[in-house]
Amino acid sequence: MANLVEIRDLRVAFDGVPVLHGIDLDVRPGEALGLVGESGCGKSVTWLAALGLLPSKAKVSGTVTLGETDLSGAPQAKLEKVRGGRIAMIFQDPSSALNPVLKVGRQLCEALRLHRGLTGNDARREALRLMDMVGIPDARGRFSLYPHEFSGGQCQRLMIAMALAGEPDLLIADEPTTALDATIQAQILDLLARLRAEMNMAIVFISHDLGAVAQVCERVCVMYAGRIVEQGAVGLLFERPRHPYTRGLFDAIPRLHGPRTPLVPIPGTVPDPRNLPKGCAFQPRCAHARGFCQSERPDLLAQKDGRKLACAFPLPEGSEEVEREVRREGMLQ
Amino acid sequence: MSPLLEANDLVRVYAGRKGLFGKAVPVRAVDGVSLRVNRGETLGIVGESGSGKSTLGRLLLGVDPAQGGTVQFDGQQLPEAGTQAWRALRARMQMVYQDPLAALDRRLTIATQIREPLDIHRVGTPEQREARVAELMRAVGLRPDQAGRYPHELSGGQRQRVVIARALATDPDLLVCDEPVSALDVSIQAQVVNLLRELQGDGRLSMVFISHDLKVVRNLCDRVAVMYLGRIVEEGPSEELFANPQHPYTQALISSVPEPGRALDSRVILQGEPPNPARRPSGCAFHPRCARATDICRGQVPDLIPVAPGQTAACHHVTGARATRAA
Repeated sequence: MANLVEIRDLRVAFDGVPVLHGIDLDVRPGEALGLVGESGCGKSVTWLAALGLLPSKAKVSGTVTLGETDLSGAPQAKLEKVRGGRIAMIFQDPSSALNPVLKVGRQLCEALRLHRGLTGNDARREALRLMDMVGIPDARGRFSLYPHEFSGGQCQRLMIAMALAGEPDLLIADEPTTALDATIQAQILDLLARLRAEMNMAIVFISHDLGAVAQVCERVCVMYAGRIVEQGAVGLLFERPRHPYTRGLFDAIPRLHGPRTPLVPIPGTVPDPRNLPKGCAFQPRCAHARGFCQSERPDLLAQKDGRKLACAFPLPEGSEEVEREVRREGMLQ
Repeated sequence: MSPLLEANDLVRVYAGRKGLFGKAVPVRAVDGVSLRVNRGETLGIVGESGSGKSTLGRLLLGVDPAQGGTVQFDGQQLPEAGTQAWRALRARMQMVYQDPLAALDRRLTIATQIREPLDIHRVGTPEQREARVAELMRAVGLRPDQAGRYPHELSGGQRQRVVIARALATDPDLLVCDEPVSALDVSIQAQVVNLLRELQGDGRLSMVFISHDLKVVRNLCDRVAVMYLGRIVEEGPSEELFANPQHPYTQALISSVPEPGRALDSRVILQGEPPNPARRPSGCAFHPRCARATDICRGQVPDLIPVAPGQTAACHHVTGARATRAA
């Protein structure tokens, strides 16, 4: 099947400092793709650049195609039709994305008028349906309330309802649950998974929370310092990570089960984009790095098992299973 | 041996307000909380936003005055905030906040800031203070050449190390940490968690660790108290509480933590949201969201009762089965 979105060699520089170094990414119709990485790795910038939402001082190059439409360098008018229409985006902080002085019902109707041409009672009926769909209790009674009269979780539901107003083919969710409480986070993840199935819509889920990504997504890209370093099916990547950075991210998370041991942090910090190390950007923090890594940058290459990997000395395949076996034996004793 | 810190029936009421000219509505942010922290022990306090966990942390140090209840530190009643005796005692009890950039002064070098508590409490000679700063920086993993840096020149993880070094300067007995790793990236978070684990190592430092991140709490804490709307609903040894939660809220909270490899549909997903503390539901505050709620939950506030050795829960529905087994 043809890809819904194809991003090729997307590069972004702020004030001459490159922060995104050539991203190639495909989103298939209806799939859930996760983008993970630490702050500053470029996971949000990728999509802001693709949708033309970066400030003008950002220098963007590369191509972004949505179906037949080329979005790179497209005029604002054309982009505005796509944004909120075929591609919608929701952000981390819902309360700052809603207009505080307009009633939520009116904001929803506005989105419906812009993207679907609905007005009057039709728009109102559809807005109520959307509010019901995202789980706002008593939608009719709360249609004329202001955003501050809703809780954070409900504001995020309203944002999702607005994003759905244009019946998008792709929903980009940028850390949609980070600002929410644990029990509310679970509700929103559940809602996103349900909506995706009901509406047959693709989702790009941007998050630093590997657990949340694992629950929503089928495919994952791990980013580091403006590049994709590992990419593949969720099960494959999370069961048997091969890039030392992916593996490091997992080891750094404390567990809810099993013995309480000291964590295994990744030493050092994320490099400054103005001052990237030579060769592989992860090399100064990598326990597996050799001389080669300091001079040559590895390309993102397809592997036999279907993943893509950018590492000259990846972790051996199946190493995880061996270790897990050892760990299980340790626990039995 | 007596516990290092013992709080009984703490109450903190804020005057909430509905609308600009509305009548003041009392908000019971902390509503009758009792807890104890033994020497060398780390107590975790978990709960969602608005559960009163941060307020509780401030009450324990006397930074925020309690309207009711008592705090005893090292067997003595906590002196009133602002008094000379309280200031002197603060050298033995320190606090670490979530946002290190806000907790540090942008115009002072980090060495000056780590030294400040020593100057304030007049600990040692100037030379000894210099030596202590160097020692502290080493202990938290900062390089000596970073002493002259300013906060903005450091990364988030390094700043949090500075805040921890400063809190440790006077060699306190108690450290209250309010979400100390929540603002940090995963890989950096692990570095700071390990640093706190090392501090626990010699068994002299007691900690109250306030966080919404259950995974970190389980990794660090000996005992855990779960708060809901200003009250402790369950408390117990970390290991047992996470393996065998009794209160329906604790069960839902633990189940809501997304973990790689666990499917979404096997989770308990709570309906509704935490209620507004200004409009506390009658009886058990959790009953509107609880699948097991019955009439008694709507009418009567459940007390914390023993459910297993060292573990207590406040729920009308965990009484029978477990209590008989515990007895």
